[in-house]
Amino acid sequence: MKRTLFLTLVVIAFLGALISTRTGVAGDGRTKSVAPLVKDNPLSNLWSGFYYAKTETKDMQLDDFENPGMLYVEEGEALFNKTAGKADKSCASCHGNVAVSMKEAGARYPVYYPPLKRLINLEQRINLCRSEFQKAERLEYESRELLALTAYVRHQSKGVPVRVKVDGAAEPFFEKGKAFYYQRRGQLDMACSHCHEGNYGKMIRSNQLSQGQANGFPTYRLKWQGLGSLHRRFRGCNKQVRAKPYAFGSENYVNLELYLNWRGGGLEVETPAVRN
Amino acid sequence: MCTPFSGRGKAFAWLPAGLFSVAVLVTPLTFASLLYAADSGDKSREAESSLVSFEIIDNIHSKAIPKSLTGKKGNPKRGEVVMINRKLGNCLACHHLSRFDEKAKALPNKYGDMGEVGPPLDAVAERYDAGQLRLLLVDAKEVFPDTIMPAFYKVKGLHRVLPDYEGKPILEPQDIEDVLSFLLTLK
Ligand code: HEC
Ligand code: HEC
Repeated sequence: MKRTLFLTLVVIAFLGALISTRTGVAGDGRTKSVAPLVKDNPLSNLWSGFYYAKTETKDMQLDDFENPGMLYVEEGEALFNKTAGKADKSCASCHGNVAVSMKEAGARYPVYYPPLKRLINLEQRINLCRSEFQKAERLEYESRELLALTAYVRHQSKGVPVRVKVDGAAEPFFEKGKAFYYQRRGQLDMACSHCHEGNYGKMIRSNQLSQGQANGFPTYRLKWQGLGSLHRRFRGCNKQVRAKPYAFGSENYVNLELYLNWRGGGLEVETPAVRN
Repeated sequence: MCTPFSGRGKAFAWLPAGLFSVAVLVTPLTFASLLYAADSGDKSREAESSLVSFEIIDNIHSKAIPKSLTGKKGNPKRGEVVMINRKLGNCLACHHLSRFDEKAKALPNKYGDMGEVGPPLDAVAERYDAGQLRLLLVDAKEVFPDTIMPAFYKVKGLHRVLPDYEGKPILEPQDIEDVLSFLLTLK
């Protein structure tokens, strides 16, 4: 009797473990840390901001019907398929089956863009497509339309591990992003590293510090009552230490974006994440 | 907007709403003149400092500012107010102090949500003397070069300070003396 019970328990435990690895629970950065892609990453274990979020916030992110960021994703889908500009083309006219054509983009941006001799992020890529191919006006950074399109495109990469290219032409920009990350700034004289490298997991007042990872952006923040870009978060973190922020889409922030994605290389894209 | 403390601006912004009423208890502020212009450049330019002058003594065993910044003694009661105020010292954002555990329950807006980024301040006066503590408040980086703890009385060598705070230290000299006198009760 006792033996059968024991064996049953063993079998249940085994099946449980099997199912959890099958569904990707192991090493997703949300419940179990991910090993960084590269050896020289200063973090030895990667954690998505999800890990540090409150249970209600986590539940909200995981349920597509409850996740308020999904409204923007739907709006983005509509915009993606709608024609715009003098060329009378939609994004879909060129990019066809989005689940295939956009599967990797969200995990791989920012990239070096030779015509401009600098990096561009997803928002800027979308605007380039608008001006070059759709002959449409560019969308304002942080406008509802650009956030929606960006969220829709990056959502196609959900579950794909972040992997950015930082060598070759991208290298000098990567180095600038890194320098920004470690630069003390503002009246409080703190660098990103002081909060997100040296103290993650600890409470600063009522906030638990995360690793400050970029994998969930654009993110729905309860505090914002809306979706916001990574650059909006950068501006917030700059102002927190009483430092002058840079403009949305500025070169400094795009370089920082590349560096941050490198630090989070291996974490899965979670767009749209929910945070408080 | 034109309150006497608008120059000190908002609380360290990661913190939940603070205590305006407490800020009123604090003496009127003397605003230091601008230290460096708010230009778009990345490098902070040095200029005249309008801070009161003080001397850092650097012995082999310890660094310290032995003399009061104002020539006056501190008031520990007021020091406690400056310390807990989220727009001023905001020390509890990072430090725990067991002496405040009861008050944290009774007055969570003032004493609640003590952080854990810095070491607990219990019995800190047994580890440091007055001159050492004064230096830690003025500029903890003199002692711990890589620290996250802000320098509370420093305006030079900072990068891209928001215009509202340019040239102004986080605390005024008498604030420092008052906080110090409170810390000295922690034995
Ligand atoms: C004074 C502390 C502090 C500093 C300095 C700081 N941050 Fe943050 N940051 C926070 C807090 C608090 C949060 C919200 C909780 C969390 O996710 O850590 C946050 C959140 C973030 C997030 C969102 C993470 C997520 O999962 O949603 C990113 C990205 C981020 N920070 C990047 C940066 C960068 C880049 C810098 C430097 C330019 C920086 N932070 C500087 C305190 C700080
Ligand atoms: C943003 C975080 C932060 C804030 C705000 C802060 N501190 Fe600190 N403090 C630290 C850290 C971290 C250390 C430890 C030094 C180190 O290793 O970096 C420290 C060290 C100290 C020490 C030395 C303690 C010891 O045991 O060695 C004293 C005293 C102190 N702080 C007092 C204060 C007071 C008083 C205030 C407010 C006026 C304050 N701190 C605000 C982070 C902070």
